[in-house]
Amino acid sequence: MSGLDTIPPVLLARLGKADPRALDGYVADGGYASWKKVLAGAKTGEWTPAKLTDMVKASGLRGRGGAGFPCGLKWTFVPAKDKRGDKPVYLLCNADESEPGTFKDRLLIEQDPHQILEGMMLASFALEVKHAYVYIRGEMVHGAEILNAAVAEAHAKGFLGTDILGSGVDLTITIHRGAGAYICGEETALIESLEGKRGHPRIKPPFPAVSGVWGSPTVVNNVETLCCVKHIVDRGADWFKGVGRNEKNTGPKLYAVSGHVEKPGVYEAPIGIPWEQLLAMAGGVRGGRKLKAVIPGGSSAPILTAAEIAGIPMDFDGIAAAKSMFGSAAIIVMDETTDIPKAVTNIAKFYAHESCGQCTPCREGTPWLLKMLRRIVNGEGKKTDLDLLLQISNQMGNGMTICVFADAAIAPVISGITKFRGEFEAYIEKSKNKTFDQEAPGDLTNAIANRQAAGIHS
Amino acid sequence: MSGGANVPVAEQAGNPRAGEHGALSCGKPLSFSRETRAELDRLLTRYPTKQAALLPALWLAQREWGWISREAVDHVASLLDLSSAFVWGVVTFYTMYNRAPVGKHLIQVCTSISCHLNGAEEVFHECKKRLGGLETGETSKDGKYTVIEVECLAQCDKAPAVMVNDDDYAVITKDNLDAFLKGLG
Repeated sequence: MSGLDTIPPVLLARLGKADPRALDGYVADGGYASWKKVLAGAKTGEWTPAKLTDMVKASGLRGRGGAGFPCGLKWTFVPAKDKRGDKPVYLLCNADESEPGTFKDRLLIEQDPHQILEGMMLASFALEVKHAYVYIRGEMVHGAEILNAAVAEAHAKGFLGTDILGSGVDLTITIHRGAGAYICGEETALIESLEGKRGHPRIKPPFPAVSGVWGSPTVVNNVETLCCVKHIVDRGADWFKGVGRNEKNTGPKLYAVSGHVEKPGVYEAPIGIPWEQLLAMAGGVRGGRKLKAVIPGGSSAPILTAAEIAGIPMDFDGIAAAKSMFGSAAIIVMDETTDIPKAVTNIAKFYAHESCGQCTPCREGTPWLLKMLRRIVNGEGKKTDLDLLLQISNQMGNGMTICVFADAAIAPVISGITKFRGEFEAYIEKSKNKTFDQEAPGDLTNAIANRQAAGIHS
Repeated sequence: MSGGANVPVAEQAGNPRAGEHGALSCGKPLSFSRETRAELDRLLTRYPTKQAALLPALWLAQREWGWISREAVDHVASLLDLSSAFVWGVVTFYTMYNRAPVGKHLIQVCTSISCHLNGAEEVFHECKKRLGGLETGETSKDGKYTVIEVECLAQCDKAPAVMVNDDDYAVITKDNLDAFLKGLG
C-alpha cells in the first residue's frame, strides 16, 4: 500500500449533503465526536494540551496556507503558562484566502463550516485559547454569514461557551470580516488588521507566537490546516502520516485547479500525487490543446514550463525541487494559446494594486514592473527593458522588505522572462521604440549601473 | 487598493473604491440608528480594545449609509475614541469601503490571472460599454449601475467571476453578459 493510493474524500467528505451547514447533520456524520472525546478526557486527565500538540506534531501536518510550516511545531513556540504571565493566548483562523488561483478555503467555509469550527476548538484546547477569531476576507460576505450562523448554533448546542459540556473548558469564537486587502493574509498584517489598523506586516521578531494580537501570544492557522487537525484527532497521527508521498509531505490535500482545464475546481487527493494525475482529475487541458505552462502554487509561485512540471510530485518538496513553490496548492494551467507576456503583466497588475506601501522597494518597484511590462505588451518596449525588469526585480526581493510580498511579486516576472524570453522579445521586435539605445539620457539602467559601480547596492 | 499611492491619479479618478484626496462630505452630520448602535455595542464585547471594532464599525456605516463620507468617518471615530485622520487612514487602505456613493448594483469584475486567462478584460470592457459607455467607477445616470475592476475573488473555478454588491456570479462571458445584466433589473 502506498500513501498515494486513492482514498475516499476526507476534507470534502460532506460535500453534496442535503444541508451540509447544519449542526445536526454534522453531528450525524460523526462531527464533534473528537471535541466531545477531548473535553471528556480533559476532566480525567486523559487529554491534555500537550498530548494534542504532540499528536499534531507526530502527524507531520504542514500549514496549508502557503508557507508549509509544520503546524505542531508552530504551536510549541507559544510560551508556557508560567512564562506568559496572565496574557491570554489567541488562535486566529486565517480565512483571508486572496492569492490569485486559490479558492479551496471558500469551499470549506461555504459547505462545511462546522468542520472548521471543530478544528478551531481542538486547536484552542491544545493552545489553551479562550477566544479564537476567524479573519475572513471581506468579499466572502455569505461565507461570514454561514460561519456566524454555525458559531451561533454551536453556542446554542453547548459546543462553545463557558464550562463546555461540563468540562471546565471555556471557548468562544468571533467571526471578523476584512475589507479588501490581499496583504492581510500575511499573518502579521492580519493581526494588525484585526486590531483595527491598516494591514501593514510587522517586523519579526517578535514572532506572533510570542507577541501577536494585542501583545499576546498568537497562533495563526489556515482554514484547511485547522480542518486537518480535526481529522488527525478523529483518526490518529499514524493514519494522517500514512497518507501522502513521504514523511515530510503528509495527509489529504485540497488542490484548486483553474485556468485552461476542462473541469476547473477543488480536488482532494493524498498530498504528492504526480502532476499528470492531478491534471487528469481536472479533465485535462481544455479542448485537447497542448500544455504550455503551469503556476503550481498561486500567483506568487514561479511559472513552470510543461516540460518542467512533467512527473513532478504535487507537494511542498516536489515543487520546491523544481524551483517553484507549492504555496496554497492553487494550480493555474495555461495552454498553448496563452500569451505569457500578457499573463505576467496581469499578475504584475495584481501586485502593483496590492502592495501595502510600507517598504520602498515594493511600493515603488511593483508599479515600475507593471509600467514596463505594459509598455512591452503595448508595443512600445525597448531592447533593454527585459534586463532592466530582471535587475529591478532582483533589487526588490531577497530580504529587502519587511514581508515576502516583494518576493512574490517578482517570481512571475523573473520566471516568465527567463523561461519565455522569446515571447517578450517578439513584442519588442515589433515595437516602435526598439531602436532606443541603452545610453538614452535618464535611462534607469545607467543610473543603476552607475550606483553599482560606485559600490551602492541598495 | 491597499496603499493609494500605487495607482496613478488618472486611474483613480472616478473610481469610488480608489478614492479622492480626503473624504467627501455628504453635507450633513450623521449618527447611527438606535439598532445599529446596539449592534456596535454587541460587537464591542467581542474585542479587548475599542479600536479592534473599527473594521466592523465601518461595515455598519457602509450598510447604513451606502458609503463612507467625512461625516461617517467622524461619527465612527467619536464612537471608538479614535481620531478622524486615523479612521480615514484605515478606510483608504481597504478596497471595499466605498468613498463615494455607488449605483444600486455595484458590479465588480475580477480580472486576476485565472479570470484573465478566460477573457475577463473583454467582459469588463463590454460590461461598461453595454451599460451606456460607463467609465470605470462611474455610476449610470439612472443611479442603477457602477462597474469596477477588482482583484481575485477566490472564484477562479468560475472564471470570469463577478460580484454584484454581496452576491457571487459565476462564468460571466461576453455571450451571457446581456442576460446577466438584464437579470440584475
